Amino acid sequence: MLDFDAGKYAAYLWPAFAITALVFVGLTVSSLAYARRWRREAETRSGK
Amino acid sequence: MIPAPAFLSNPERFMAFSRWAAPMFGAIAVVLALAGLYLGFAAPEDYQQGDTVRIMFIHVPAAWLSMFVYVCLGVSSFLALVFRHALADAAAQAAAPLGAAFTFLALVTGALWGRPMWGAWWVWDARLTSVLVLFLFYLAYMALRASLDDEAKAARAGAILALVGLVNLPIVHYSVEWWNTLHQGASVFRADGPSMSAVYLWPLLLMGLAYTSAFGSLWLVRIRGEVWRRRAEAAAIRAARG
Repeated sequence: MLDFDAGKYAAYLWPAFAITALVFVGLTVSSLAYARRWRREAETRSGK
Repeated sequence: MIPAPAFLSNPERFMAFSRWAAPMFGAIAVVLALAGLYLGFAAPEDYQQGDTVRIMFIHVPAAWLSMFVYVCLGVSSFLALVFRHALADAAAQAAAPLGAAFTFLALVTGALWGRPMWGAWWVWDARLTSVLVLFLFYLAYMALRASLDDEAKAARAGAILALVGLVNLPIVHYSVEWWNTLHQGASVFRADGPSMSAVYLWPLLLMGLAYTSAFGSLWLVRIRGEVWRRRAEAAAIRAARG
Protein backbone atom coordinates (compact mmCIF):
# COMPACT_ATOMS: atom_id res chain seq x y z
CA MET A 1 0.00 0.00 0.00
CA LEU A 2 1.52 3.30 -1.06
CA ASP A 3 1.40 6.16 1.42
CA PHE A 4 1.10 9.53 -0.33
CA ASP A 5 -0.42 11.30 2.65
CA ALA A 6 2.47 13.32 4.04
CA GLY A 7 0.24 15.12 6.56
CA LYS A 8 1.86 18.18 8.16
CA TYR A 9 5.10 17.49 6.25
CA ALA A 10 3.50 17.77 2.79
CA ALA A 11 4.77 21.35 2.43
CA TYR A 12 8.36 20.02 2.63
CA LEU A 13 8.06 16.59 1.02
CA TRP A 14 6.35 17.49 -2.26
CA PRO A 15 8.48 20.55 -3.10
CA ALA A 16 11.57 18.36 -2.58
CA PHE A 17 10.26 15.79 -5.06
CA ALA A 18 8.99 18.49 -7.47
CA ILE A 19 12.34 20.32 -7.54
CA THR A 20 14.19 17.03 -8.07
CA ALA A 21 11.88 16.09 -10.95
CA LEU A 22 12.27 19.55 -12.53
CA VAL A 23 16.06 19.39 -12.32
CA PHE A 24 16.15 15.94 -13.93
CA VAL A 25 13.79 17.01 -16.72
CA GLY A 26 15.87 20.17 -17.24
CA LEU A 27 19.13 18.21 -17.38
CA THR A 28 17.69 15.69 -19.81
CA VAL A 29 16.19 18.29 -22.16
CA SER A 30 19.26 20.56 -22.09
CA SER A 31 21.69 17.65 -22.62
CA LEU A 32 19.73 16.23 -25.57
CA ALA A 33 19.23 19.69 -27.10
CA TYR A 34 22.95 20.52 -26.78
CA ALA A 35 24.01 17.23 -28.38
CA ARG A 36 21.41 17.53 -31.17
CA ARG A 37 22.35 21.14 -31.93
CA TRP A 38 26.06 20.42 -32.28
CA ARG A 39 25.51 17.19 -34.17
CA ARG A 40 23.54 19.18 -36.77
CA GLU A 41 26.23 21.88 -36.86
CA ALA A 42 29.01 19.32 -37.26
CA GLU A 43 27.18 17.55 -40.07
CA THR A 44 26.33 20.81 -41.83
CA ARG A 45 29.85 22.21 -41.60
CA SER A 46 31.52 18.99 -42.68
CA GLY A 47 29.10 18.73 -45.63
CA LYS A 48 27.52 15.40 -44.58
CA MET B 1 37.97 -6.14 -24.09
CA ILE B 2 39.31 -2.64 -24.74
CA PRO B 3 41.61 -1.32 -22.00
CA ALA B 4 40.17 1.84 -20.44
CA PRO B 5 42.93 4.31 -21.50
CA ALA B 6 42.84 3.14 -25.15
CA PHE B 7 39.06 3.31 -25.10
CA LEU B 8 39.13 6.80 -23.63
CA SER B 9 41.67 8.05 -26.12
CA ASN B 10 39.67 6.99 -29.16
CA PRO B 11 36.70 9.29 -29.94
CA GLU B 12 35.36 6.99 -32.70
CA ARG B 13 35.12 4.05 -30.31
CA PHE B 14 33.61 6.30 -27.67
CA MET B 15 30.95 7.59 -30.09
CA ALA B 16 30.07 4.03 -31.15
CA PHE B 17 29.88 2.89 -27.51
CA SER B 18 27.93 5.89 -26.20
CA ARG B 19 25.38 5.69 -29.04
CA TRP B 20 23.78 2.62 -27.46
CA ALA B 21 25.06 2.98 -23.87
CA ALA B 22 23.45 6.40 -23.20
CA PRO B 23 19.84 5.30 -23.88
CA MET B 24 20.50 1.98 -22.13
CA PHE B 25 21.68 3.73 -18.93
CA GLY B 26 18.72 6.11 -19.21
CA ALA B 27 16.24 3.22 -19.41
CA ILE B 28 17.91 1.45 -16.46
CA ALA B 29 17.69 4.69 -14.45
CA VAL B 30 13.94 5.01 -15.09
CA VAL B 31 13.26 1.38 -14.09
CA LEU B 32 15.38 1.65 -10.93
CA ALA B 33 13.83 4.99 -9.97
CA LEU B 34 10.29 3.61 -10.36
CA ALA B 35 11.19 0.60 -8.19
CA GLY B 36 12.92 2.82 -5.61
CA LEU B 37 10.01 5.27 -5.45
CA TYR B 38 7.51 2.42 -5.12
CA LEU B 39 9.41 0.90 -2.19
CA GLY B 40 10.04 4.37 -0.76
CA PHE B 41 6.35 5.24 -0.63
CA ALA B 42 5.43 1.73 0.55
CA ALA B 43 7.81 2.05 3.52
CA PRO B 44 6.24 3.04 6.85
CA GLU B 45 6.69 6.53 8.33
CA ASP B 46 9.74 6.83 10.53
CA TYR B 47 8.89 7.02 14.24
CA GLN B 48 10.94 10.22 14.63
CA GLN B 49 11.05 11.81 11.16
CA GLY B 50 7.51 10.93 10.08
CA ASP B 51 6.94 11.32 6.32
CA THR B 52 10.03 13.50 5.88
CA VAL B 53 12.05 10.25 5.89
CA ARG B 54 11.03 9.91 2.21
CA ILE B 55 13.09 13.03 1.38
CA MET B 56 16.10 10.85 2.25
CA PHE B 57 15.47 8.75 -0.89
CA ILE B 58 16.16 11.75 -3.12
CA HIS B 59 18.51 13.73 -0.87
CA VAL B 60 21.11 11.07 -0.02
CA PRO B 61 21.63 9.84 -3.64
CA ALA B 62 22.03 13.49 -4.75
CA ALA B 63 24.68 13.95 -2.04
CA TRP B 64 26.48 10.73 -3.11
CA LEU B 65 26.43 11.82 -6.74
CA SER B 66 27.66 15.32 -5.91
CA MET B 67 30.90 13.72 -4.71
CA PHE B 68 31.07 10.89 -7.25
CA VAL B 69 30.68 13.32 -10.16
CA TYR B 70 33.48 15.45 -8.73
CA VAL B 71 35.72 12.36 -8.67
CA CYS B 72 34.84 11.84 -12.36
CA LEU B 73 35.61 15.52 -13.02
CA GLY B 74 38.92 15.22 -11.17
CA VAL B 75 40.04 12.01 -12.94
CA SER B 76 39.03 13.39 -16.35
CA SER B 77 40.86 16.64 -15.61
CA PHE B 78 43.98 14.72 -14.57
CA LEU B 79 43.94 12.69 -17.81
CA ALA B 80 43.34 15.84 -19.85
CA LEU B 81 46.13 17.72 -18.11
CA VAL B 82 48.78 14.97 -18.09
CA PHE B 83 47.99 13.01 -21.28
CA ARG B 84 46.27 15.84 -23.17
CA HIS B 85 43.34 13.62 -24.11
CA ALA B 86 40.76 15.78 -25.86
CA LEU B 87 38.05 13.28 -24.95
CA ALA B 88 39.03 13.41 -21.26
CA ASP B 89 38.75 17.20 -21.40
CA ALA B 90 35.32 16.90 -23.03
CA ALA B 91 34.35 14.46 -20.25
CA ALA B 92 35.45 16.93 -17.56
CA GLN B 93 33.59 19.79 -19.21
CA ALA B 94 30.46 17.64 -19.56
CA ALA B 95 30.55 16.45 -15.94
CA ALA B 96 30.63 19.89 -14.28
CA PRO B 97 27.01 21.04 -14.91
CA LEU B 98 25.73 17.60 -13.90
CA GLY B 99 27.73 17.68 -10.67
CA ALA B 100 26.53 21.20 -9.94
CA ALA B 101 22.92 20.06 -10.44
CA PHE B 102 23.32 17.09 -8.07
CA THR B 103 24.98 19.29 -5.45
CA PHE B 104 22.20 21.86 -5.81
CA LEU B 105 19.64 19.09 -5.27
CA ALA B 106 21.50 17.81 -2.21
CA LEU B 107 21.51 21.32 -0.69
CA VAL B 108 17.87 22.14 -1.52
CA THR B 109 16.35 18.79 -0.51
CA GLY B 110 18.51 18.86 2.62
CA ALA B 111 17.09 22.28 3.51
CA LEU B 112 13.55 21.00 2.94
CA TRP B 113 14.29 18.13 5.33
CA GLY B 114 16.17 20.31 7.83
CA ARG B 115 13.43 22.88 8.34
CA PRO B 116 10.87 20.50 9.91
CA MET B 117 13.49 18.27 11.62
CA TRP B 118 16.11 20.76 12.85
CA GLY B 119 13.93 23.85 12.86
CA ALA B 120 16.29 25.60 10.40
CA TRP B 121 16.66 25.74 6.62
CA TRP B 122 20.40 26.10 6.96
CA VAL B 123 23.08 25.86 9.64
CA TRP B 124 26.80 26.57 9.20
CA ASP B 125 27.53 22.96 10.04
CA ALA B 126 30.77 21.38 8.72
CA ARG B 127 28.94 18.97 6.37
CA LEU B 128 26.60 21.59 4.93
CA THR B 129 29.35 24.17 4.57
CA SER B 130 31.77 21.76 2.86
CA VAL B 131 29.01 20.71 0.41
CA LEU B 132 28.35 24.40 -0.30
CA VAL B 133 32.09 24.78 -1.02
CA LEU B 134 31.81 21.78 -3.39
CA PHE B 135 28.95 23.55 -5.20
CA LEU B 136 31.08 26.70 -5.48
CA PHE B 137 33.94 24.64 -6.97
CA TYR B 138 31.58 23.38 -9.70
CA LEU B 139 30.37 26.93 -10.41
CA ALA B 140 33.93 28.27 -10.40
CA TYR B 141 35.04 25.53 -12.84
CA MET B 142 32.23 26.37 -15.26
CA ALA B 143 32.76 30.12 -14.92
CA LEU B 144 36.51 29.78 -15.47
CA ARG B 145 36.06 27.70 -18.61
CA ALA B 146 33.43 30.06 -19.95
CA SER B 147 35.63 33.09 -19.33
CA LEU B 148 38.53 31.94 -21.54
CA ASP B 149 38.19 31.97 -25.34
CA ASP B 150 41.28 29.84 -25.93
CA GLU B 151 40.05 26.24 -25.58
CA ALA B 152 43.48 24.87 -24.61
CA LYS B 153 44.03 27.52 -21.92
CA ALA B 154 40.49 27.01 -20.61
CA ALA B 155 41.04 23.26 -20.42
CA ARG B 156 44.32 23.65 -18.57
CA ALA B 157 43.05 26.26 -16.09
CA GLY B 158 39.87 24.29 -15.49
CA ALA B 159 41.78 21.06 -14.91
CA ILE B 160 44.06 22.70 -12.34
CA LEU B 161 41.06 24.17 -10.51
CA ALA B 162 39.26 20.79 -10.59
CA LEU B 163 42.32 19.03 -9.13
CA VAL B 164 42.62 21.63 -6.35
CA GLY B 165 38.95 21.04 -5.53
CA LEU B 166 39.60 17.34 -4.95
CA VAL B 167 41.02 18.33 -1.55
CA ASN B 168 37.49 19.21 -0.49
CA LEU B 169 36.11 15.67 -1.04
CA PRO B 170 37.63 14.02 2.08
CA ILE B 171 36.58 17.10 4.04
CA VAL B 172 32.96 16.59 2.89
CA HIS B 173 33.11 12.86 3.63
CA TYR B 174 34.79 13.02 7.04
CA SER B 175 33.26 16.32 8.19
CA VAL B 176 30.74 14.44 10.34
CA GLU B 177 33.59 12.61 12.10
CA TRP B 178 36.17 15.39 12.37
CA TRP B 179 33.76 17.97 13.80
CA ASN B 180 30.69 17.96 15.99
CA THR B 181 27.97 18.44 13.42
CA LEU B 182 24.21 18.68 13.46
CA HIS B 183 24.21 16.54 10.31
CA GLN B 184 24.05 12.85 11.19
CA GLY B 185 26.98 10.52 10.53
CA ALA B 186 27.19 7.81 7.87
CA SER B 187 24.41 5.23 8.09
CA VAL B 188 25.00 3.18 4.92
CA PHE B 189 28.74 2.99 4.15
CA ARG B 190 30.02 1.99 7.60
CA ALA B 191 32.69 -0.50 8.62
CA ASP B 192 30.15 -2.43 10.69
CA GLY B 193 27.48 -2.38 7.98
CA PRO B 194 24.44 -0.16 7.38
CA SER B 195 22.67 1.02 10.53
CA MET B 196 19.28 1.67 8.96
CA SER B 197 16.34 -0.69 8.61
CA ALA B 198 16.02 -2.72 5.38
CA VAL B 199 12.67 -1.04 4.57
CA TYR B 200 14.56 2.23 4.12
CA LEU B 201 17.86 0.81 2.93
CA TRP B 202 16.50 -0.96 -0.19
CA PRO B 203 14.68 2.04 -1.69
CA LEU B 204 17.69 4.20 -0.86
CA LEU B 205 20.09 1.84 -2.64
CA LEU B 206 17.77 1.55 -5.65
CA MET B 207 17.51 5.34 -5.88
CA GLY B 208 21.29 5.60 -5.53
CA LEU B 209 21.74 3.23 -8.47
CA ALA B 210 19.05 5.12 -10.44
CA TYR B 211 20.85 8.44 -9.91
CA THR B 212 24.19 6.84 -10.89
CA SER B 213 22.69 5.35 -14.04
CA ALA B 214 20.99 8.66 -14.89
CA PHE B 215 24.31 10.43 -14.47
CA GLY B 216 25.98 7.84 -16.74
CA SER B 217 23.40 8.43 -19.43
CA LEU B 218 23.44 12.24 -19.22
CA TRP B 219 27.24 12.34 -19.05
CA LEU B 220 27.58 10.29 -22.22
CA VAL B 221 25.03 12.49 -24.03
CA ARG B 222 26.85 15.66 -22.97
CA ILE B 223 30.27 14.26 -23.96
CA ARG B 224 28.83 13.39 -27.37
CA GLY B 225 27.61 16.99 -27.63
CA GLU B 226 31.09 18.25 -26.74
CA VAL B 227 32.70 16.00 -29.36
CA TRP B 228 30.31 17.29 -32.02
CA ARG B 229 30.85 20.91 -30.93
CA ARG B 230 34.61 20.52 -31.31
CA ARG B 231 34.20 18.82 -34.68
CA ALA B 232 31.88 21.62 -35.85
CA GLU B 233 34.33 24.30 -34.73
CA ALA B 234 37.27 22.49 -36.31
CA ALA B 235 35.30 22.25 -39.57
CA ALA B 236 34.49 25.99 -39.38
CA ILE B 237 38.20 26.82 -38.92
CA ARG B 238 39.16 24.59 -41.87
CA ALA B 239 36.49 26.29 -44.01
CA ALA B 240 37.73 29.76 -42.98
CA ARG B 241 41.28 28.84 -43.99
CA GLY B 242 40.01 27.71 -47.36
